Amino acid sequence: MERLNRDAVIAIVLLVFCGVFFWASFDIRQPDYGVLMPSTWPRVVLGVLSFLSVIYLVQSLRRGADEEEPEDTAREPGIRGWILYWRNPLWCFGLFFAYLATLPVLGMLIGGVSFVFVLLNVLGGWDRKNLVLHAAVALLAVGGMWSLFTFGLGVLLPPGMILGRF
Amino acid sequence: MIIENILAAFVELSTIKTVILMLVGVAGGLIAGAIPGFTIAMAVVLTLPFTFGMPAPQGLATMVSVLVGGLSGGLMAGILTGIPGTPSSVATTFDGFPMARKGEPGLALGIGVWSSFSGGIISAILLVTLAPQLARIGLEFNPWDYFMLVMFALTITASLAGKNMVKGLIAGALGLLVRTVGEDEAVGMARFNFGSDTLLQGFDFIAVLIGLFAFSQLLKDVRDPEAARKSLTDRGSFHVRIEHRRAIREVLKRWTIVVRSSLIGVFTGILPGAGGSIANILAYDQAKKASKHPEKFGTGIADGIIAPESSNNAVEGGALIMMMALGIPGDVTTAVMLGALLIHDVIPSPTFIAEEPLIAYSIFIAFFVATFMMIGMQSFMLRVFVLVTKVRMYVLAGVILGFCGIGVFAINNVEFDVWTLVWFGILGFLMRHFGFPLAPMILGVVLGNIAELNLARAMAITTDISPFFTRPWSLFFFTIAMFSAVFPLFQSHRGKKKWTLFYLPAACFAVSLPLYMMGGVTRPILATIVLAYGAYTLWRRAQGGWQLESSEGHELTEG
Repeated sequence: MERLNRDAVIAIVLLVFCGVFFWASFDIRQPDYGVLMPSTWPRVVLGVLSFLSVIYLVQSLRRGADEEEPEDTAREPGIRGWILYWRNPLWCFGLFFAYLATLPVLGMLIGGVSFVFVLLNVLGGWDRKNLVLHAAVALLAVGGMWSLFTFGLGVLLPPGMILGRF
Repeated sequence: MIIENILAAFVELSTIKTVILMLVGVAGGLIAGAIPGFTIAMAVVLTLPFTFGMPAPQGLATMVSVLVGGLSGGLMAGILTGIPGTPSSVATTFDGFPMARKGEPGLALGIGVWSSFSGGIISAILLVTLAPQLARIGLEFNPWDYFMLVMFALTITASLAGKNMVKGLIAGALGLLVRTVGEDEAVGMARFNFGSDTLLQGFDFIAVLIGLFAFSQLLKDVRDPEAARKSLTDRGSFHVRIEHRRAIREVLKRWTIVVRSSLIGVFTGILPGAGGSIANILAYDQAKKASKHPEKFGTGIADGIIAPESSNNAVEGGALIMMMALGIPGDVTTAVMLGALLIHDVIPSPTFIAEEPLIAYSIFIAFFVATFMMIGMQSFMLRVFVLVTKVRMYVLAGVILGFCGIGVFAINNVEFDVWTLVWFGILGFLMRHFGFPLAPMILGVVLGNIAELNLARAMAITTDISPFFTRPWSLFFFTIAMFSAVFPLFQSHRGKKKWTLFYLPAACFAVSLPLYMMGGVTRPILATIVLAYGAYTLWRRAQGGWQLESSEGHELTEG
């Protein structure tokens, strides 16, 4: 276990991933026609990927335990430290998921403006001066983009339940 | 015929709307390229959704303009702040920033701008002349050859990951696998959809590209809360006037560096996966080696700005040659261009230039015209750049993340594409963090279908796999793929292990065999030259008592 470093864990995850996909490749229907079966190419790729993952695993096991990286020394230990260190990307992911989940209700205009507004405040701070600036940026940027696509390029963006009523 | 095509393309691009779009594209590219953390590929990827509604020549001209602008934009940040705007401008900072600090920022910028212009023009000329010739060679390719070409493209791209070559190859294989999800193109059977009807369509590859490249890059840019709240102007103010006349004189005096670096750029661009991030360092190294005063490099001399800037602008000409002639993207940016062509139902292949001359020559002309527009707009955009530098990084990132959502949805009007964006954004972010290069994966995604279709065609002709290794072109690509796979090992052992002395001669001998097999007159002559060079290198090393050579210079890896 001491020899297990970050790369070894990734290699194992990759091997499990290959296993799952290889198993799923047996669900691919084989037609009676054609020379190259639909499952052949994915299996070739999975074979190569598995082989490379094994090499990667062996390389990483040979290397031994992880050396401490600069980022590890820059953050507090434990889960709290990890969350604090990665808080900005985590916020971005979380807010983007929320934006997508609420898309059927809020639509792309209201959802987009809200997403950008909240994200800017989370990343830049919630003080009063920033609130006004961020609101203006979110409105102008997303509103402008939405107008360009809707009126300029004729793309029908999801209006959502709120704007869809009008 | 060529003149007719050029004139037709000129007429097509001469509309006021197209000219305005190109000007906006160049301006946008200059700004995007100037902002550290925003790569050229990202700028081109984000332009793509705007071009859906445009006719193909107009849309592609806009994208080419962003590309050309981006290539030159990187030098502004590099010279004025010491932080390269893009990986293509890393070497520009070695001498550009010291020259600016010595009190000549206007001259440094001028030299950079005019070198970029010269590199762009040289590569545009080569693009127009070489692409149709290479396409003619491409017509000789059969499915076996094409399949091997794709494998070569993936191997060489992965080999540019240097010490992380296994990670590069894994990334390439992952890209190929991503492309297998959904209905297969040959017989229409569902693959890896896990019962989901949405996954039957597969992942839209533009959404995958934007997720992998742009989304993940933005998250990386805002990772550090302190840095995210900073703007470039926190590093000083820039009130500069570009000194055009003096700069032109300096560049003209060093025309040999311009030509040599541009050729290095074009050649690097032709190699799949090798982009401006490699060409600028390679050209800088070569200029230093050829100089009578190599010790002055790094102190703020003109040669050190001319070499990287000529080469990085020339790279895209080379990459476009490869994409337009053979349908193989030279780098991530041309992979996106290839995506743009596919959206307009144009499939790049050796017949592309002959079958779609208007689109092909529009790309040629747009590249040429955009280079002129770039020179005209650089002074004006410098002022805009000063304004943009006042914007905090998190504001730019937040706004662009919002735009990514709208832009990706606009591709097919399907919400699933936005989910694809975010999932591949997470994957790209993790891959960057764990040291996996993204370029091989992107090439895998783009070339996956081409590889499978050609494998299917080859198997339909014969189930015998020997043509993959016996046909001249297949053998040629297989041989250089093998040698490029060993290249990172060669690079790290060079000067330390005896076997590295045999690498180059062995490569020459191996490559000459398929060249002889191709027949005709030119190729056997070329094979003899390559063979003779290999023999000469071996003889020189034997004369030198098999002494190990010292290797100096910057490591060449994907930026």
